[in-house]
Amino acid sequence: MTEHSVHDHYDHEGSKLGMWLFIFTELLFFGGLFIVYAVMRYKNGTAFELAGKELDVFIGTFNTIILLISSATIAMSISSVRMKKKNLTVALLGITLLLAIVFLVNKYFEWGAKIEHGLFPGTETLHQFGHGEIMFFGLYYFMTGLHALHIIVGVVLIAIMMIKVHKGKIHESRFVQLENTGLYWHLVDIIWIFLFPLFYLIA
Amino acid sequence: MDNSNLPNYLEYKGKYKGIFAWIFSTDHKRIGLLYLYSIMAFFLVAALLGLLMKFELIAPGKTIMEAKAYNAVFTLHGIAMIFLVVVPGIPAILGNFFLPIMIGAKDVFYPRLNLLSWWLYVIGAVIAVSSQFMGSGSPDTGWTFYAPYSFKTQSNVLPALVGAFVLGFSSILTGLNFIVTMHRMRAPGMKWMKMPLFPWTLYGTAWIQLLATPVVGITLLMVIAEKALSIGFFDPALGGDPVLYQHLFWIYSHPAVYIMILPAMGVISEVLPTFAKKKIFGYNAIVLSTMLIAFVGYFVWGHHMFTAGMSETSLFAFSFLTFIVAIPSAIKIFNWLATLYKGSIMLRTPMYWAISFLFVFMIGGLTGMVLGALSTNVHLHDTAFVVAHFHFIVFGGVGFAFFAGIHYWFPKIYGKMYEESWANTGWIMFFMGFLTLYFPMFLLGIKGMPRRYYDYVPEFHFTNIISSFGAFIMIAGLVVILINLFRSAKRGEKAPASPWGGKSLEWTISSPPTLENFEEIPEIK
Repeated sequence: MTEHSVHDHYDHEGSKLGMWLFIFTELLFFGGLFIVYAVMRYKNGTAFELAGKELDVFIGTFNTIILLISSATIAMSISSVRMKKKNLTVALLGITLLLAIVFLVNKYFEWGAKIEHGLFPGTETLHQFGHGEIMFFGLYYFMTGLHALHIIVGVVLIAIMMIKVHKGKIHESRFVQLENTGLYWHLVDIIWIFLFPLFYLIA
Repeated sequence: MDNSNLPNYLEYKGKYKGIFAWIFSTDHKRIGLLYLYSIMAFFLVAALLGLLMKFELIAPGKTIMEAKAYNAVFTLHGIAMIFLVVVPGIPAILGNFFLPIMIGAKDVFYPRLNLLSWWLYVIGAVIAVSSQFMGSGSPDTGWTFYAPYSFKTQSNVLPALVGAFVLGFSSILTGLNFIVTMHRMRAPGMKWMKMPLFPWTLYGTAWIQLLATPVVGITLLMVIAEKALSIGFFDPALGGDPVLYQHLFWIYSHPAVYIMILPAMGVISEVLPTFAKKKIFGYNAIVLSTMLIAFVGYFVWGHHMFTAGMSETSLFAFSFLTFIVAIPSAIKIFNWLATLYKGSIMLRTPMYWAISFLFVFMIGGLTGMVLGALSTNVHLHDTAFVVAHFHFIVFGGVGFAFFAGIHYWFPKIYGKMYEESWANTGWIMFFMGFLTLYFPMFLLGIKGMPRRYYDYVPEFHFTNIISSFGAFIMIAGLVVILINLFRSAKRGEKAPASPWGGKSLEWTISSPPTLENFEEIPEIK
């Protein structure tokens, strides 16, 4: 009798329940920020609209499409692992991973351009604008930054899933980890779906 | 079921040796004890800081420290007591140890996540405490980190914020773990409405941990960003709103009070029926009121901010809801009293603690009503009355229930009995000291002594002496209790499987339990 024997049980439903609970936590985590956004936008409506014009709608839309496609590919990878198509699963996860990285690269250039123009919390340029703009860009960096952090965690998770599928540790009768990674990825996706209009499309 | 021939969880040999067999153990019982020792260590430090404050207040003016030092002491006392002791306290120690056993499971659903929670707790605690020893002086914001002072002060608030953030994660993961455990691992036949009440209160608590803690997590993160990057959300100079900080903070920190008190109520609901030799009165009502508290507790945060600047409508709404949330707690009090009615009461140590819990909890609850009413609140806000009120709830309520629980389950945890005469001596000293310490603070508050001041006008001198005197008795009682328990854990008499005649599952297995608790999962009829 070892400690391990106690814990060697597999409960697909239970593990998924745990992931859903984690998603609830994440939603309330971002929820606090959405409250701050709501309050600040209520107070500085016009300034938010003006500041929103500074953002590049094209990059925003492009990133939205990227994330939506990646959500589809990770969902397909779960279907394909159930159909015992190992190579297809690895390939689909690879595409998801690639799209996630493209998203981050876009984000890097987008942020980089803003920072170059001095649109960054604490800079003189930003302080020349009114309070509303300061709040807008504060929220923009904080919320998209936190979201990008979740994307990075997702990249790591997806990479681990690829390795596990490749090594055969995730297969048609034991794939809850992959399914949970998928749930996480959809969460990251759906948060972006809210961030995108709130920052890019309010103008 | 006799399984006493197998090695118990304290003895068995695992993969690791020595201390590693503990700090890398995924056994819920060992993790429970890890929490017990670490939380106790912080509790003693924080209690000592409390005692230092009472030393300072024994006379007007400077007694042993200046205002700045006093600010740092009450800040660390608050941070340590709230985030390191009372919030994790009962769920992490007694919950970890007894939740799986009471629902007939071999462990929690995610044993490794459980160990991770403890590690996060330790890491968060070390970061939070490190704020005392490095950088530019101890934090002096109070445990509430109110904006804008928390990012304007020169003191070293950043580690305290980061520490509290990490501790939040630890709390969330424990809650998540417990919910899944109760959904998936109840023994066959144990329907939801057959689950014992301690697990039920942990269930309500776990939902609050899961849904309220992230809000304070993000809020602390915003203050960190405020300090590091000056993003301005809470800084009026940049267009931010400091009152918004208070809202976000209390959206968590009020439900956090229920994270503290619900498991305490669960412990009392286990102890009272055992020592009254009766079934609990109104099981359904207790379950329902537990879930009601967990739910309504989300909507009363504004009562911490009656003087902060809110619309009249919000003031009325928050005050009304505060009175509503008192109802389920009162339901529980009536249930407990009805359980005692016509019971054949055994006056043993856990029962003394449980009955004194009822006494202090009612005083704490009723004075809460005084603070929840708008007109009296304006007068009493930020006075010693508030301090007395929440110590009656958080220390009286949670602390007394914790000691009831630890004396109730001690024989199961260590397989040893403790010296009851010493335990009772410790209890009466603690109880009397507690009342002497905190009751005068109600009077001081009504007369207008503000909280968090190291100094006061001479009129308050006599009452403060009494209060400080109470603190010394209480700490002396605490020392008696702890020495007795430590000695008994080593040298006590061997405990039988069921020393009090308890009826729940933990009393059907040997003391201390074996590694797997149950060799065969029990069936509940």
